[in-house]
Amino acid sequence: FAKRTIDDSTWEDLEDALIGADFGPDLTEQIVDELRAKVDRYRTTDPKDLQRMLCETIEERLARLDPTLKLSERPAVVLVVGVNGVGKTTTIGKFARFLVNNGRTVVVGAADTFRAAAVEQLATWAERAGATVVRPQQAGQDPASVAFQTIELAKNQGIEMVLVDTAGRLQTKSGLMDELSKVRRVIEKQAPISEVLLVLDATTGQNGLAQAEAFIEHAGVTGLVLTKLDGSAKGGFVLAVQEKTGIPIKLIGQGEGIGDLTGFTPHVFAQQLVG
Amino acid sequence: MAAFASLSDRLTATFRNLRTKGKLTPADVDGTVREIRRALLDADVALEVVKQFTSTVRERALSDEVNKALNPAQQVVQIVNEELIAVLGGQQRRLEFAKQPPTVIMLAGLQGAGKTTLAGKLAKHLKKEGHTPLLVASDLQRPNAVTQLQVVGEQAGVPVWAPEPGNGVGDPVRVARDGVAEAKRKQFDTVIVDTAGRLGIDAELMKQASDIRKAVDPDEVLFVIDAMIGQDAVTTARAFQEGVDFTGVVLSKLDGDARGGAALSVASVTGRPIMFASTGENLDDFEPFYPDRMASRILDL
Ligand SMILES: Nc1nc2c(ncn2[C@@H]2O[C@H](COP(=O)(O)OP(=O)(O)OP(=O)(O)O)[C@@H](O)[C@H]2O)c(=O)[nH]1
Ligand SMILES: Nc1nc2c(ncn2[C@@H]2O[C@H](COP(=O)(O)OP(=O)(O)OP(=O)(O)O)[C@@H](O)[C@H]2O)c(=O)[nH]1
Ligand SMILES: [K+]
Ligand SMILES: [Mg+2]
Ligand SMILES: [Mg+2]
Repeated sequence: FAKRTIDDSTWEDLEDALIGADFGPDLTEQIVDELRAKVDRYRTTDPKDLQRMLCETIEERLARLDPTLKLSERPAVVLVVGVNGVGKTTTIGKFARFLVNNGRTVVVGAADTFRAAAVEQLATWAERAGATVVRPQQAGQDPASVAFQTIELAKNQGIEMVLVDTAGRLQTKSGLMDELSKVRRVIEKQAPISEVLLVLDATTGQNGLAQAEAFIEHAGVTGLVLTKLDGSAKGGFVLAVQEKTGIPIKLIGQGEGIGDLTGFTPHVFAQQLVG
Repeated sequence: MAAFASLSDRLTATFRNLRTKGKLTPADVDGTVREIRRALLDADVALEVVKQFTSTVRERALSDEVNKALNPAQQVVQIVNEELIAVLGGQQRRLEFAKQPPTVIMLAGLQGAGKTTLAGKLAKHLKKEGHTPLLVASDLQRPNAVTQLQVVGEQAGVPVWAPEPGNGVGDPVRVARDGVAEAKRKQFDTVIVDTAGRLGIDAELMKQASDIRKAVDPDEVLFVIDAMIGQDAVTTARAFQEGVDFTGVVLSKLDGDARGGAALSVASVTGRPIMFASTGENLDDFEPFYPDRMASRILDL
């Protein structure tokens, strides 16, 4: 955008930038077409205008959905799901701390009974956050029963917020996806679920959409969390995810520290994507 | 995945109206190359690699081998496939063992890529092959990474050198160095050093990885990368190549449905061979990397 007038190479640079940010070829084409129309309409030749329009277009698209978390139930139950290694357990740690800082009581449930040391990892985060942790009573316990016990404890002790961690699973594994549906059903027998957060890793490419579709089907996702935005990946694939699924981004993770979690602001995100 | 028609189908469609003509013009080939470009981008191959790759394919597509072919679409798919295999398998090779044991294998990669799991897989595999591996817990950063490696080591039936508790306590460089010394003392013939996940842009942590490398002088440094990664694959691979350098690549989470274009990006940008595929959460889910299978996967053939 450093050029004086918009020419073919400006359009090519724009396309490259969008592809490079993982928007994907389809959405990139759509956005470029939309911007060509706008540039014609406003008869501008200044690349600075184009950049501004790009930012606006993305921001507008991102802002169509409501990013606020719905946590008014008591207890407010939040189920956290996603593929392996995206940052579910870490996000729970950060989120628990955020809630505790806001004066809430929090219990986290270690319903990842599969992955090596997942329970200990969550317990470490709970301690850092000042939250209670419910652990499985034996190794390999049914995750649904851990979730059940977590909510039971919250109800008995009047704890306001329940965050349930789950094992990472690839969306193609039908047995594991069914297990998640079961966790969900078991929780719902005790208390309504306030939020089901799907954690997506910003380094992900076009597979992100397949992840979202499968987790929406099996776990009833209500919000997206985009993690690892502190790296060089831009996470542009979430725009397609948000548009195709209608599920809003609600939280952003940008680091491994307990404070590295923020709400989602379309303007800031659009600027980071484009700039 | 099913949302996209396969490249073969799309190329056949592009060629349908050319069938009657004798010779392919550069304009005809351009249409074809656009389809290939799109297929590769859908598969998350990095743009700069796509550009380079399509220009090679374009040249070959304009040559006689395509013009003379009975079915030009199939011929082009064939060319793309061949070129992909060439990039992916340029220097296919197995693990390099030290003449003077212990053989040291260091793992590096982004957060959550699958390093610790791979450490267990390698340990189990090497043990089965008659080696005596030692796992070394040099991730002292990520909460309970040490415990995780201990659990994985137990599953593999392989001992773990873990003198520090981790969770921010202890010096990973020292643990790595002492681990190798321990292996020499106790005559373990292979050492697998697990390290913390780090971002390519994190200069401080990248230096730590490089210090670990210097301290243990590994025979292999394996860069573990998630098959689901998108366009960032090249930036990250370059950063790890510059920061620690690696001798081989392991592609993880190939049991999913990601097309895995990162394989092409990393192989072509770094010139390092992809050595293994990690294909599940269990320690046996691990195999040598097959370039031809990967090419078909990327192209969705
Ligand atoms: N840089 C960075 N690293 C992160 C972020 N969130 C999580 N991580 C790291 O990513 C790795 C995986 O995080 P986890 O929280 O264990 O991920 P998970 O989804 O619970 O993983 P599984 O339970 O194994 O599926 C860890 O090394 C975390 O420290 C983030 O926002 N930025
Ligand atoms: N489906 C599948 N999951 C895998 C594979 N390899 C690792 N995982 C899972 O991915 C998650 C992260 O794996 P780790 O081995 O902890 O990754 P890491 O690179 O050591 O992570 P950090 O130490 O946090 O940087 C865990 O849930 C693993 O079980 C694989 O090939 N397929
Ligand atoms: K990952
Ligand atoms: Mg976890
Ligand atoms: Mg690890």
